[in-house]
Amino acid sequence: MSESEGRNFAQVLLAHAEQTPDRVAIHLVQNKLADLPITYSQLVHNSSAYAQRLMEAGVRAGDVVVLILQHGESLLYAFWGAVLHGAVPSILPWLTDKLSPEKYRHDLVALIEITQPAAIVTYAEFASEVDQAVAQASLMPRVLTVTGSNSTLKSNAAPPYFQTFSGLQRHADDLALLQHSSGSTGLQKGVALSHQAVFNQLASYAGAIQLSASDVICSWLPLYHDMGFIAAFVMPVLMGVPLVLMSPFEWVRAPARLLLLITQYGGTLCWLPNFAFNFMAQKIRERDLAGIQLNSMRAFINCSEPTYAASHALFAQKFAPYGLQAGTLTTCYAMAENVFAVAQSGFDQATRVETRQGAALLSAGKPLPNVRVQILDEQRQTVSDGQIGEIAIQSNCMLTGYFHREDLTTATLHEGWFLTGDLGYLSEGELFVTGRKKDLIIVGGKNVYPQDLERLASDVPGVHPGRVVAFGVPNEASGTEDVIVVAETDIADEDERYRVSDAVRQSITQNSDVAVRVVKLVEPMWLLKTSSGKLARGANREKYLAETQAASTT
Amino acid sequence: MDTSNQISTYIATEILKQPKRVIKPDEKLISSGLIDSFHLVDLGLFVEDTFGVRIDDSELSAETFDTVAQLVKLIDERK
Repeated sequence: MSESEGRNFAQVLLAHAEQTPDRVAIHLVQNKLADLPITYSQLVHNSSAYAQRLMEAGVRAGDVVVLILQHGESLLYAFWGAVLHGAVPSILPWLTDKLSPEKYRHDLVALIEITQPAAIVTYAEFASEVDQAVAQASLMPRVLTVTGSNSTLKSNAAPPYFQTFSGLQRHADDLALLQHSSGSTGLQKGVALSHQAVFNQLASYAGAIQLSASDVICSWLPLYHDMGFIAAFVMPVLMGVPLVLMSPFEWVRAPARLLLLITQYGGTLCWLPNFAFNFMAQKIRERDLAGIQLNSMRAFINCSEPTYAASHALFAQKFAPYGLQAGTLTTCYAMAENVFAVAQSGFDQATRVETRQGAALLSAGKPLPNVRVQILDEQRQTVSDGQIGEIAIQSNCMLTGYFHREDLTTATLHEGWFLTGDLGYLSEGELFVTGRKKDLIIVGGKNVYPQDLERLASDVPGVHPGRVVAFGVPNEASGTEDVIVVAETDIADEDERYRVSDAVRQSITQNSDVAVRVVKLVEPMWLLKTSSGKLARGANREKYLAETQAASTT
Repeated sequence: MDTSNQISTYIATEILKQPKRVIKPDEKLISSGLIDSFHLVDLGLFVEDTFGVRIDDSELSAETFDTVAQLVKLIDERK
């Protein structure tokens, strides 16, 4: 994609609409409705109405526009409309039934304060929710509304008008996108990416996965997370590869639907977090697999949380009778700070497995040609092959910075290298990811900051404020991490303790992106502190595991 | 063990990991956040395997049932 040098998203999108107007960019899978094919011409036409709205609202090129919309047509058009207008779109997770509106509003205020968006696009029926958050913020973005997730705005735009889109004037080094991870902490840490960084990633990654116009990408991934957003939205649309897109909510309820889409559309590529391999192998009934044909698949790409050989084995065993080919289960190591992929396995040779300390580790493959990987020790010195250290990366597709967070940008960059906070080692040119240096919990591919969960649990009456730790423990059966919360309490009465642990569970479910697996209430002074008086998550995790182990063997 | 007890035991033991706990028939399960969407799928499979009653994917929400009592009623109606 050398032709993208010096170009921007709007130019590339318009080129598709001009050269292949009738080619389907996205097959939008809708709940209880027929799939909706959206051609490049329709995509640009419908998106241009949003570009117009943004212009009329006084949004300027380079301004951030936050999108709070559900899976559906309006989200697609609002996103590409912001691109055509030259704004910097950021897609936020939708407020699900389980989340408390108060918490959502609180997070939104925090996001507005740091990101300072010029506009927020949401549904008319959700506008009052957003307005309340906007009213609490010190600066007030415009709230633009659309009605219904499948509504389209009227557009006056016709091809000659296209040339007036201000998005066409953006420089390659201007910001194209902002990506946030979830929770109060994640929302205050927007990864800012330039047009050129995204193009560089796409060119390099497309080569690594041998992407071509004959591919068909099938996805249920949410668009507010880098895996779904880049690999299964921005990449296919900008590179002219058809995308079949279903909603994450529907996939959770009916995972077999994804396989049906692969069968119907002849899907070739699908990105999934590790737990999805277990989930689909364990939850899909044989009767829901009638007629499923997976022969067309070139690769399922396991990405965005620790990958397990056992998960691949489960998946292969279940779906081999339905045409799943050997060697099509691959892995990828990715992060928003590098736009997406850092390394990818499986396309030039089978994904390697190495056994280390009794554990079978899946290789994440070779680093992409445009990415350099170093493993650093505590003194930030390079270690030799096979030794575990912090993974540091350098590439031509790195973040411009954390948006309006110069402090964080400085802290994570060391002499031009991005310190990932992940642990791993290199072996024969391939990267193996072994764990994390940073205290981060990854559940079902979602990054969760333990401090957010600890704060929530601390506020529950009966829990000693500040005497809580949250951490993740890998669960082989589910293929992801279980969230464990250990909290100190004085309460001895059993019924009363259930009430406290329920309240902790409920608060976290309703105020975060994850559900808690275990709430363990302990007596005061159970939790270990570091020498500086801070609660040590790692040490308390070890203590919890030792106690659980002891309890299960007695 | 009757249907209600079986479901309650399953939820306490397998989903909440609190085996000694008793789930009351009218305790809110889904809207309260006690059971998340992934475990709801497990509950649906458990009901199907144990009672031979199918709950469609699209029915796995608080609108169809939100308590053990409501789930028991649904099972009885379909048996």
